[in-house]
Amino acid sequence: MEWQFFTEVLVGGLLSGVMYSLVAIGFVLIYKTSGVLNFAQGALLLFAALTFVSLTERGLPIWAAILLTLAAMTAIGALIERTVLRPLVNQPPITLFMATLGVSYVIEGAAQLLWGTQVHGLDLGIDDLPLEIGGVLISSFDLFAAAVAGAMVAALTLFFRYTRIGLGFRAVADDQLAALAVGLSLDRIWTAVWTAAGVVALVAGLLWGARLGVQFSLSLVVLKALPVLVLGGFDSISGAIVGGLIVGAVEKLAEVYVGPFVGGGIEGWIAYVAALGFLLIRPSGLFGAKPVERV
Amino acid sequence: MTDLALEKAGTATVRRLSPAPFGIGALLIVAYGVLPLVASEYLFDAILTPFLALALAGLGLNILIGYAGQVSLGSSAFMAVGAYAAYNLALRLPGLPFLVDILLAGLVAAAVGLLFGLPSLRLRGFYLAVSTLAAQFFVQWVFNKVGWFSNDSPSGIVTVPPLSVAGLPLDSSAGRYLFALGVVTAVTLAVWRLVESPTGRALVALRDHETAARVIGIPVLRVKLLAFAVSSFIIGVAGVLWAFAYLRTVEPAGFNLDRSFQILFIVIIGGLASLRGAFLGAALIVVFPLLLSRLGEALLGGLFDSGVLEMSQRIVLGLLIVTFLIAEPAGLTALLDRAWSRIAGRFRRAG
Repeated sequence: MEWQFFTEVLVGGLLSGVMYSLVAIGFVLIYKTSGVLNFAQGALLLFAALTFVSLTERGLPIWAAILLTLAAMTAIGALIERTVLRPLVNQPPITLFMATLGVSYVIEGAAQLLWGTQVHGLDLGIDDLPLEIGGVLISSFDLFAAAVAGAMVAALTLFFRYTRIGLGFRAVADDQLAALAVGLSLDRIWTAVWTAAGVVALVAGLLWGARLGVQFSLSLVVLKALPVLVLGGFDSISGAIVGGLIVGAVEKLAEVYVGPFVGGGIEGWIAYVAALGFLLIRPSGLFGAKPVERV
Repeated sequence: MTDLALEKAGTATVRRLSPAPFGIGALLIVAYGVLPLVASEYLFDAILTPFLALALAGLGLNILIGYAGQVSLGSSAFMAVGAYAAYNLALRLPGLPFLVDILLAGLVAAAVGLLFGLPSLRLRGFYLAVSTLAAQFFVQWVFNKVGWFSNDSPSGIVTVPPLSVAGLPLDSSAGRYLFALGVVTAVTLAVWRLVESPTGRALVALRDHETAARVIGIPVLRVKLLAFAVSSFIIGVAGVLWAFAYLRTVEPAGFNLDRSFQILFIVIIGGLASLRGAFLGAALIVVFPLLLSRLGEALLGGLFDSGVLEMSQRIVLGLLIVTFLIAEPAGLTALLDRAWSRIAGRFRRAG
């Protein structure tokens, strides 16, 4: 009985961890190619979810709403890249980080100015019934989210492996100067990356929105993604997945087994402390590239 | 590559306080002599006192980020530690003079900062930055959960005792402003001495290249921890000012992530590795939102509800940050330098 409860908590944690990974992947895409820790990813996620919900509420069919939202996300991504990051090329990363923080204010404000501040329900048509698998109860919505995340990672992997633009992306991530030297267009690749990050934001936004309701606090899920990123390494997609699983599991287990003894509410920091302890052993995360220094 | 570049945040060389001691003298005369006589209560309470507290916090964070090159995103946690420490010292040891309370509160903040600075010995760049968020969330949680810190106040919000130094009551708006001004002047002077000293040079060497600094014999680990301790001390003292001179209450929610980002803005917008920058940045951050809300109310107040106004303010603030960063990534202090040299050049040509 005790064992079964533990498994339930663990599986629930792992599955909710997949949701964190979804957000973290958006960060990784941009960090890998341009070295920017894009704090606006949360705001993008909010914007995507809010736009989609508002469009469907205005009677648009789902496929049209998805297409329109995608178009909007692409436009926003390209706009940020053009107007904010391009002029700041070669600035220290902390300056770029600050700039994306400013961008996130703008997007959050604009999203709510455009679509209003009330909370929207988002029904993806998936019943959140508990399934019993091998005597363990699992939320079917969590399973669905995990499946979506898995599909997205598979799609991204295929994209990077088998398309020209994906190959270019890997080249830029590897060495920007070399990529320029062989004639790759950084413009096109960066635009593609921001588009991809927009798609990821849309998927994550829809799943998180269905979970929490589409509202301002959606943009705070970045704070859940940051420990995932340091755990997995800022530049690794598989790291984001594994990091998400670890953070999700640690959070749920700590909440159930440690929380009652210290008065609860520990989910706000436990992931950070866990990530911190972990980093002391591996300073570049699980899969992060080790920095090589020249003296 | 990026982690390396992050450590070099602010490649500008150390700037001296200002080439113009006259300017500082004039500022001090205005701050100590003129303002207390002419300023209104609103000016003290809404602008000058919070400006001083935030400028001090910016100064503290600038030591860490600008000089030592260690990025921290959790600075308001140390403000909270300072504020709560001072509150509890004043409450539980009523015999102590308040200036001793401040000093001890700063030391408590320094100790906590040292603890959360330990990861910096292993981590760099954004890995370090994100792990400092552990301090942010953990400290806030502790003050929320442990009633002892807020004297078991049911709402969690406590009112601080009125300010008085050496029997002199300073509880008027002007008194609290002058008190904050005195503390800020003293700390700024000490920081100036620090960054001009060999220790200050060691901080900069650490920022510019950690391995090279180690090679030339700088005790890197000790210097890093020193940077965290000094920075947290100053931010802790800023927290005391924030609580005792400005708000006159303490609550955990006042020291949230937004406050940390605000202090970071002050440092980046003001200019990294510049004492002046912290003051310029703080002035902008304090005055701008007030101006904006006044302007918004005056122009659009009748047309839109407050929600719309709040959203537009958020947008404008974001745009302002982005615009400033693009126009002058080295901060307001560089902008001022350029303007000054242009004016000076014109005079030279004319004369």
